[in-house]
Amino acid sequence: MTPLRDAFLSAIVALGLCGPLVGLVTTSGDRGLSIHARPIATAVVVGLVFLGRLAILSWRGRTRAEAVQANRAFAERITRAGKYVTPVLLVAAVALPFTGSRYYIDLGTLVLTYIMLGWGLNIVVGLAGLLDLGYVAFYAVGAYSYAILATTFGLGFWTCLPMAGILAAMWGVMLGFPVLRLRGDYLAIVTLAFGEIIRIVLTNWVSLTNGPNGITGIPRPTLFGLAFSMDGGSGTFAGFFNIEPEVIQRIIFLYYVILGLALLTNWVSLRLRRLPLGRAWEALREDEIACRSLGINVRNTKLTAFGIGAMFGGFAGAFFATRQAFISPESFTFIESATVLAIVVLGGLGSQLGVALAAVVMIGGLEALRDFLSFLGDQMNSEVFAGIASELPLYRMLIFGLALVVMMILRPRGLVSGRTPSVALTTVKEIAPDLVAQGRG
Amino acid sequence: MLSVSGLTMRFGGLKAVDELSFEARAGDITAVIGPNGAGKTTVFNCITGFYRPTVGTIVLTHPDGGTYPLQRMPGHRIASAARVARTFQNIRLFAGMTVLENLLVAQHNTLMAATGLGVLAVLGLGRYRAAEAAGVKKARHWLDAIGLTARADDPAGALPYGAQRRLEIARAMCIDPVLLCLDEPAAGLNPRESEELNQLLLRIRQEGCSLLLIEHDMGVVMRISDHIVVLDHGKKISDGTPAEVRADPTVIAAYLGEGEEDEVPA
Repeated sequence: MTPLRDAFLSAIVALGLCGPLVGLVTTSGDRGLSIHARPIATAVVVGLVFLGRLAILSWRGRTRAEAVQANRAFAERITRAGKYVTPVLLVAAVALPFTGSRYYIDLGTLVLTYIMLGWGLNIVVGLAGLLDLGYVAFYAVGAYSYAILATTFGLGFWTCLPMAGILAAMWGVMLGFPVLRLRGDYLAIVTLAFGEIIRIVLTNWVSLTNGPNGITGIPRPTLFGLAFSMDGGSGTFAGFFNIEPEVIQRIIFLYYVILGLALLTNWVSLRLRRLPLGRAWEALREDEIACRSLGINVRNTKLTAFGIGAMFGGFAGAFFATRQAFISPESFTFIESATVLAIVVLGGLGSQLGVALAAVVMIGGLEALRDFLSFLGDQMNSEVFAGIASELPLYRMLIFGLALVVMMILRPRGLVSGRTPSVALTTVKEIAPDLVAQGRG
Repeated sequence: MLSVSGLTMRFGGLKAVDELSFEARAGDITAVIGPNGAGKTTVFNCITGFYRPTVGTIVLTHPDGGTYPLQRMPGHRIASAARVARTFQNIRLFAGMTVLENLLVAQHNTLMAATGLGVLAVLGLGRYRAAEAAGVKKARHWLDAIGLTARADDPAGALPYGAQRRLEIARAMCIDPVLLCLDEPAAGLNPRESEELNQLLLRIRQEGCSLLLIEHDMGVVMRISDHIVVLDHGKKISDGTPAEVRADPTVIAAYLGEGEEDEVPA
């Protein structure tokens, strides 16, 4: 079958499917519901299917060798670019608050929270190769630890932060114990259940957590004891430096707090990778039986991975609580675990740079797509587009999902998929992803 | 050195190893041979803690006099405390890690002890740096011994098969074992590689480590072992020096085969 003929047939099928689904719309008027046709919208969808099918066919038309070659060249480019991308990202992250735009700083804070969660989960999934679908549980434990300690005992953010981390790590170890013997799918299901258990306990233990109503009035962090309140008194940031108190000061401070926490996570992970513990995690991902034959205590090594990964989740949770000043179980649903896991997988298991890029793409990109689609919708004010223009932003998840699928087809091992050795006798050589195990839990 | 007595391993109704007793003396290369399914690998898995024997004792005596009841110890302690190292019939290297990393992972417990519970080493303090330098030096020693120094920074999975076999042995040696158990180390090697392997094993013995090996390649077995134990259907059918075993009629009937002496190189 020629590509054109194939694409034409696909378009016909699309027309059959989308004709009624997209082409007809019901609106409620004076005389009840009435049906309107949307020929332009249907034409657009069918046209997209036609062109998309052609594109897929021409992409598939390449020989396998060409595809492998292109993929390898891309991987090398990314690895080489990584050296420059990291400092550029870092400078951009430090400089972001100077834009002065509250929208960008808030978005940056959100992205950094996910980068930190991604780096934390990367220890468990990327290095130790243990598939964890309930990472949000530790995020929740950290958030509630801070919220309860702060509202009950009046402790400050900086006192509670280590406590939240330790409590989350304890829960990480507690989850670790029963799942030590499980691998792969079974491990994933139990961790998923653990995440749900934590959320359901938080919802129902009303006397401690205030149930679904959540905890309000969680105190904001201070800068060496200087609060960011609006009264401008002597004990506040603005009063101390003799400037006008503004909300943006607190926003910027929170941004730098999460930037610091995320960089701490990154630094600790990078250090651990070069230490025996980190190497044992990676060895565990490669071959657990060989590890045992070399005298590595597999149980303890897995527990440290769960514990340390959970600790960073707990830190991020405490930050989330202090930033929002309000938390409820609704913020800790499975979709959060899935998002963080998607960030780690999309970035490339074990790659710090990959995770950061993936978080920027997934969280920042989704936001940018929403803006772009609203903008596009505003431009299409002609009569023919009526009905599509206003709906356009609603399609963002669909477009985003498609983009992820295409991404994983093109780069199945994530954006940055090679492995950098932790030590070298002479020169450090990147290891091709097809040699690196992905872990079976 | 290693004393196995009354070892029985049952899998449901199947008796894979039946009342096996043998001794491996310190400084010897002891070979365990027998037809496929005779229970050789099961014996190995019992000694190295991957299986827990149904009945029987396995006692390891160190040169310094310390004794270790291997049948009761958890798997990782057999390597870290009793110092029994092993290799696998199907090579189990950390394929995505470099050759050097493989050798450093093997020194995990020594290196871990120098990290000060991890906290000091994360901060870059303490004696970890010196410990790692010592670890790399030891790795270097074994890399030279197996002739892979030039490939130290290549991933282990990218090495040719013979080199992977040698690397697995070097990795096992990095835990400083008193007893090294090799499960078919010569499987799949060409004659030249097989000869290199013989030299490596003799060198390991010279450095003071006893060896226990399972092998089908009679060239390797007859040439380098000091003592041979023959198994068939989980039972010991012969035990002695290579010359004694080769002359034993039960071994010839069960394993070596009759009238085919020319197939067994001297």
